[in-house]
Amino acid sequence: MSMLSIFNVSGSAASAQSQRLNVVASNLANADTVAGPNGQAYKARQVNFQTELMGQTANDPTSAGVRVSTIAEDQTPGRKVHDPKHPSADAEGYVTYSNVNAVEEMVNMISASRSYQNNLEVMNTAKSLLLKTIQLGQG
Amino acid sequence: MLNRLTDSLDFQGQALQLRSERQRLIASNIANADTPGYIARDMDFAKTLKAATGALPAAGALATSHAGHLGTGGAAGAGGAKVAGELLYATPSQTNLDRNTVDMDRERASFADNAIKYEATLRFINSNVRTSLQAITGQ
Repeated sequence: MSMLSIFNVSGSAASAQSQRLNVVASNLANADTVAGPNGQAYKARQVNFQTELMGQTANDPTSAGVRVSTIAEDQTPGRKVHDPKHPSADAEGYVTYSNVNAVEEMVNMISASRSYQNNLEVMNTAKSLLLKTIQLGQG
Repeated sequence: MLNRLTDSLDFQGQALQLRSERQRLIASNIANADTPGYIARDMDFAKTLKAATGALPAAGALATSHAGHLGTGGAAGAGGAKVAGELLYATPSQTNLDRNTVDMDRERASFADNAIKYEATLRFINSNVRTSLQAITGQ
């Protein structure tokens, strides 16, 4: 039953995509976070995907799932806004915001949700094919 | 007589097996649509099916029951479906910055196409079984 491992493959991809969506949600939620007393603002995060072979043998390329290998932080400096009246302003009157780029995050979100839907559809198709295979020979 | 009934079932069985392998392969490609560096794989279905069924005796062929008997063509040994060695690489139609060669439109089309052909093979087997049953019961 080689089609049963489609659920492992697509399931791992759906899980990875949902993790990506989760990271996007964190980034968007922190888009307007300002630096705390330590001067460090929130840094945008991004997931890195990696292929994970899931076949019975070690080098079977026919069932390749996905896993999140690392979650990297964007090291570009945060946005600085001159606002001396702000409670979090530094000695020169600048407020450091997080370095989240809202446009990039929205694009990332749409891409993740489309990939998630694709994988769900793959699983649905595999399920209906397997159900029909179970009824093989009955009429 | 009986092996004429089962030979065509054998062929359809191999086809079904290969269809499910291909389904899994395309599911892996769709799952890895966002993985950097992933290279899409596919199989030449006609060639693989020919290789898998070429070892089956043709209908009405003589069986070899002794080492001295001459074979009737085709490779000796079990005609199991061997897929892993004959995988091809899909040629990317558009280059991608992260060196991923999955073409989502093509993969979706191949997936739907393969699912329909899998169902068609299931129907062939079902009607084959029905025909055999009718012949046996003699109604």
